[in-house]
Amino acid sequence: MLSYILRRIAYALPITLGVTIICFSLIHLAPGDPLSAVLPDNAGPDMREQIKIAYGFDKPLPVQYLLWLKNVATGDFGLSIQSRRPVVSEVLPAACNTAYLALAAVLIGFPFGILMGAVAGYTVGGWIDRAVTSVAVTGVSVPHYWLGMVLVVIFAVNLGALPAMGMGPGGQSSYAFDWAHLRHLVLPAITLAVIPAGIIARSVRATVADIRRRDFVGTLQAKGIGEGRVLYHVAKNAGPTILAVAGLQFAQLLGGSILVETVFSWPGTGFLLNTAIFTRDLPILQGTILVLSIFFVFINLVVDVLQTFLDPRIKRA
Amino acid sequence: MAMAEPAAIRTVSEVLNAGRPARAGVSRSYWAGVRRRLARDRVTIVCAAILFVILAAAIFAPYVTWADPYKTSMIRRLLPPGSPNHILGTDELGRDMFTRLVYGGRISLFTGFMPVFVATVIGGTLGVLAGYLGGRSNMLIMRVMDVFYAFPSVLLAVAISGALGAGLVNGLVAMSLVFIAPVARVSETVATQVRNEDFVEAARATGARTWRILIEHILPNVLGPILIYASSLISVAIVLASGLSFLGLGVSPPNADWGLMLNTLRQSIYVAPVNAILPGVMIFVTSMCFNLMSDGLRAAMDVR
Repeated sequence: MLSYILRRIAYALPITLGVTIICFSLIHLAPGDPLSAVLPDNAGPDMREQIKIAYGFDKPLPVQYLLWLKNVATGDFGLSIQSRRPVVSEVLPAACNTAYLALAAVLIGFPFGILMGAVAGYTVGGWIDRAVTSVAVTGVSVPHYWLGMVLVVIFAVNLGALPAMGMGPGGQSSYAFDWAHLRHLVLPAITLAVIPAGIIARSVRATVADIRRRDFVGTLQAKGIGEGRVLYHVAKNAGPTILAVAGLQFAQLLGGSILVETVFSWPGTGFLLNTAIFTRDLPILQGTILVLSIFFVFINLVVDVLQTFLDPRIKRA
Repeated sequence: MAMAEPAAIRTVSEVLNAGRPARAGVSRSYWAGVRRRLARDRVTIVCAAILFVILAAAIFAPYVTWADPYKTSMIRRLLPPGSPNHILGTDELGRDMFTRLVYGGRISLFTGFMPVFVATVIGGTLGVLAGYLGGRSNMLIMRVMDVFYAFPSVLLAVAISGALGAGLVNGLVAMSLVFIAPVARVSETVATQVRNEDFVEAARATGARTWRILIEHILPNVLGPILIYASSLISVAIVLASGLSFLGLGVSPPNADWGLMLNTLRQSIYVAPVNAILPGVMIFVTSMCFNLMSDGLRAAMDVR
């Protein structure tokens, strides 16, 4: 078990390095001189020179990469072009807000998706199954940024029941668990939860239906064990698959939230990215992507390891 | 919008192991069966019909619309659907919504198809090569793919097109890069399975060259599963492409594109909510139909 975990971590390391290479090249992908990409508009020639040396643009690319990597490893992601503040101090609060929203979406979407999928898997071919499958396909196909707009029209414009923008009253972004703050969370979290709920419902349905067809379930039933105990065995067998799908979906939520945050002006990474793109603030763009993708790699690692704890038969390279 | 990877891989292997004749080329009765099953599948037929109408309308846009998609009118802004001469109302600059929705299909469908096509060609080639060659080549190709796979799909698309700058071509490049890795993964899985079949072994034993084995024996047997997987990506691609336009990363105004229309009409959501939502209905219907059609195709080709 330990050797598997170590091997899995050893495998994640080159991936992480690859991720940093892609993030590094983002600045060099930008059209024009990478220097002008990180330079404020009003920079004089001496500032130009200063930044050129600070970023190491006078050195060859591999050296630049290593220097950049060294800085990143010590938590120095450079300065935002717009605010001149360290990128880290802009990205981290935004990442927390995104994680907060993503967690809320997980709490809404995952139990719902698992329940729907399990019920459908138990009633394959019946009307419940067909209803769940249609709902799931809808959830998978819907453009969630549009769904967000529809929810705004219904609940904010027509009913006036829930706020359409921001994270708290008066545009503040603090974590208070009273209704005044939580009501801001409702619409974006539901919007974000729809796609993972659909995907999870589909996978859980397929997994549960598959397991229920296996011989051991028939044996259990033939032995006269109560349906509740059979359910326990089915759940135990479906667990690892569901965990894998759910983990991947949680990680995808981080990316998917870019569009939802834009719709609801949620002060998270998506909102930050969007602003960074239109002000050509490439250091912020780079920093945000790097933090999110490394987190993504980390979650995948955790899911894989958890899976082997749940089902020791899985020993993948 | 996220890609349902585990299910896709499982289905691909199901398709592959589904009692098809394990020979280069596929027997005629197999395809006859697929056609028969498709003809019985009402959902797939309805979806195909809807998509056909949307696609045909987009291609022949000037013949099915009667307004100029770019003609603005300050006094006719945000007319509600059902207004005289404007069956679906007008947008925030007084342009006819119906006309723009029809024209918008041109870019939106193109940006949905194109990246999937590019990614299928590149990712399919890489994946099949990796799967067939195995060993070091496999390691090299698949580890690079793993790195691209290590990004959430939306994030990678936004990152690349954000760095490249807004624009249609940049958006297409970004989305193609996003889809290469998942296609390569599926292709590699399928190719690895086919490569171990006896007929490939036999071809190798008779001294056939690598490229010949690839084209004559591997390709016909991996193409089906790869194309089915690619077809399931079109729905994702349409939602993602419109999402990029929605963020302002796609085509620039005044072009008509469903995502861009959604973006600009969002400012009017309190004044004209129905108009603001209409472009999204098009994205939703198109993506849903592609999804259901892909499911139908998968079921029809999966003899179980």
